[in-house]
Amino acid sequence: MRYAYFPGCSYHGTGKEYESSTHAVAKKIGMELVTIPDWSCCGATASHGKSHLLNIALPARSLAIAEGMGIGEVTTGCAACYQQLAHANIRMTESEEIRDKVNKITGKEYKGTLKVKSLVEAIGIVDPETIKPLIVKPLTGLKVAAYYGCLLVRPPEITGFDDPENPVFMDNMMKLAGAEALDWAHKTECCGASLGVSNLNIAVRMINKILKAAVESGADCMVVACPFCHLNMDYHQKSVNKQLGTTYDMPVFYFTELLGLAMGISPDDLGLKTHFTDTQKVLNQVG
Amino acid sequence: MVAASQHPNIQLMTYSEVTDVSGYIGNFDVTIKQKPRYVDHVKCTGCGTCTEKCPTKVPSEYDLGIGKRKCIYIDFPQAVPSKPVIDAENCRYLKTGKCGICKKICPTGAVDFEQKEEFITEKVGAIVMATGFDLFNWEEAYGEYGYGRFKNVITGLHFERMSNASGQTGGKIIRPSDGKEPKSVVFIKCVGSRDEAKGKEYCSRACCMYTAKHAHQVLDKIEGSSAYIFYMDVRTPGKAYDEFYRRTVEEGAQYIRGRVSKIYESGDKLIVMGTDTLLGKPVTVEADLVVLATAMVPSEGSDIIAQMVGCPTDKDGFYQEAHPKLRPVETMTGGLFLAGACQGPRDIPDTVSQASGAAVKVVALLNNDQMATDPMITQIDEKMCSGCLVCKEVCPYKAISEKTITERIAGQPVERVVANVNTGLCQGCGNCTVACRSGAANLKGFTNQQVLAEVDTLCR
Repeated sequence: MRYAYFPGCSYHGTGKEYESSTHAVAKKIGMELVTIPDWSCCGATASHGKSHLLNIALPARSLAIAEGMGIGEVTTGCAACYQQLAHANIRMTESEEIRDKVNKITGKEYKGTLKVKSLVEAIGIVDPETIKPLIVKPLTGLKVAAYYGCLLVRPPEITGFDDPENPVFMDNMMKLAGAEALDWAHKTECCGASLGVSNLNIAVRMINKILKAAVESGADCMVVACPFCHLNMDYHQKSVNKQLGTTYDMPVFYFTELLGLAMGISPDDLGLKTHFTDTQKVLNQVG
Repeated sequence: MVAASQHPNIQLMTYSEVTDVSGYIGNFDVTIKQKPRYVDHVKCTGCGTCTEKCPTKVPSEYDLGIGKRKCIYIDFPQAVPSKPVIDAENCRYLKTGKCGICKKICPTGAVDFEQKEEFITEKVGAIVMATGFDLFNWEEAYGEYGYGRFKNVITGLHFERMSNASGQTGGKIIRPSDGKEPKSVVFIKCVGSRDEAKGKEYCSRACCMYTAKHAHQVLDKIEGSSAYIFYMDVRTPGKAYDEFYRRTVEEGAQYIRGRVSKIYESGDKLIVMGTDTLLGKPVTVEADLVVLATAMVPSEGSDIIAQMVGCPTDKDGFYQEAHPKLRPVETMTGGLFLAGACQGPRDIPDTVSQASGAAVKVVALLNNDQMATDPMITQIDEKMCSGCLVCKEVCPYKAISEKTITERIAGQPVERVVANVNTGLCQGCGNCTVACRSGAANLKGFTNQQVLAEVDTLCR
C-alpha cells in the first residue's frame, strides 16, 4: 500500500487534525503516504467558475509530478482536492486534445497513467482482516452519524467508489472500529461549503438541517471526511446555536480520528483536543 | 375471460407456457408445457375448502406481497378457471411428504400430488403476442427515493391492490408500515419514464391518468386527506381524460410541477423534498405515504419468447410492429400479431382496441384459402448454391431451411444440400443476398445483375 499523497491547503490550517490522524492511522495499517513534492493548489471550487481549462490545469500539474514518482496511485483526504484531482484525471485520460493543451499550459507532461483515490476509498478497501487486529479499543456503544457531504461520492461518473445516494464506506469503517453506524437521512446533504466563510446567514440554515437530522437519529457524534464539512459542522456549530437559538453540542470527528482512537492512538496525537466543539464527552464514553 | 373460456371455438390453456414454436404463417407448430397443478380440474368443483384448510401461508404475488395467500390457491378472485393450483415450492407435502390436508378433505378427490408436467403440441395458423408489461425496477435506480428501504414508498400497482375492494385490505388505503390510514399522500410521476439518466426515454402513457384516479380515490375515501402530485407534464389525451384530470384538480389534488430530489424518514413521516418549477422554489411536503408512478417495461421473459417465435423487438425490448402507422398490429413475421403493452406502453382502452384489431387480422388471414405475398422475395439459384447456409443464419424471419436435391454428375446421381426459401415467410429484406458468398441468393426484382446494371447506367 503505497500512495502519492496530496495534502491540500486545509491540512496546514483548519484540517490540521485530519492531517495528524491520517498519518497516525496510515502508519498503523502499513500504508505509506509519500507527499507529492512541490504540490500546488487543486483549484477547489473557485477555478471551475473561472475557466474549464484552468480547472483541469491546476490539479494536472500535481498529477504530472505524482506520475514522475512512479507510484501509480494518488490519494488525498480532502473531498474537494479529491474531486479536482479525479476530475482532471478523467478529462486528461479521455481526451488527447485536452491532455496536449493542458500539458502545454503546465509545462509538465502528464501521460494519464495514475489512479486517483479518496482517502476514504483507500482505507475503505483495505482488507478488514488487516484492520480488525489493530482495533484494540473498540468504540463499543458509540452511535455515529457518518456524513459524506456532496463532493466525496458525487457525481458518480467522477467518483464511482461508493453509492451516490446512500454511501456506506465510512459506515463500514465505523462498524469495523466497533461503533454503531446510524442509518440517517442527511448523509449527502450540502453543508454550505464556502458559504460558511462568505455568507454565514445562509450557511447556518444548511448546517442546522444536518445537525438536526443527526441529533434526531440519536447520534453521539458525527464523522466526516472533508475539512470543509468539518469546519462547518464543528466550528460553525456555535454560530448556528447563536443565530438560530439551538443548543447543539455534537462532537464532529474525521473518520481517521475515530479509527485512530479505536486503534489505541492517543487523543493528543490525533488532534482531538483542538476541536471547537468539545470532544471530551465522546472520549469519556469510549474511555 | 369467462366468456372466452366458454366459447366452443376457444381453448383456454391456463397455468401453461409456450416452450417452442416452429413452422410458418398458416402452419405453426407450438409446443406448450402444461405445468402440474396438482389438482385435477375435471374433478375439482372450486368449492374452496382446500384453500381454507391449507396451513401454509406465503406472500401473495398478485397482491405484491401486501397480503398472504395459501399454498393451494386461486391467484385472484376473477381468475379463470376458478379452481386452485398447488404452489410446489412451498407446499409442505411436496417438500417433506407430511401434511396432505387438502387431499384428505377434498370432497371430490381432485388433489393429485403425482401430477407431472405435460407437453402438448398444437397446430395453429396465426399467433397473437400479448405478453404484457412489468414495472420498472425503481429500487435499483432511485437512491434518492430510498432504494426501496422505506416501507411507505410504494408503486401505483401496490396502491391499486389496496384500493381494490376484493384486495387484501378490502379497499382500504393504508400505510404498509403500521396499517394506519394516510392523511397526506404524495404521488410522483415519471419514475423511470422520460428519464434518460436513470430509466427509460419514453413516456409510459398510462400513469397520468391512473395517478389522477389514485389522487381522486385518496381524496374521496379518506376524510380530511390531501394529495400532492409531482409531475413533469400532465398528458391526458383521450376521450374524457382531461375532464377527469380537471375534476381531480377541482377536488383539491395539488399538482406541483417539478421533480422530487429526495425522500427521507423522520419519525413516522416521510419528508419529500422537491421543487416547484412554476414558482421557482424548493418545496417540502410531509407525507404519510408516497406512491410512485413507475415506468412500464416489457414483461420479464418476453425476450425469450420473442427469440422463440422470431418476433423483432425495438431498442427498449418491446415487440416491433411492421409499420408504426399503417400496420400497428402486425409484425414483419408472417402470421404473427401484437396486442397490448408488449408492443409499447398503453392503457386499457388502447389495449382492447388493438387486441380487437389483431383478432380481426387473424380472422381475415384464416378465412382465405390462398395467401397473397409480396413477390419481391429471395430466390436461390440451386446450381450456384454451395449449401453453406450462411443465409439461414442471417434470416430474421426463419424463412430459409435446408433442402436435399439430387444432381447428375458425370452420369451419376449425387445428393447435396442447398438453401430453400419459404415464400410465405420471406419478407424480401435482402440480408441473405448480401451474405451469400457464391451469389446464389438474389432478390426478385433487385437481382445483383439488375442493381449493377443500374449502377453502370448511373456512372456512365
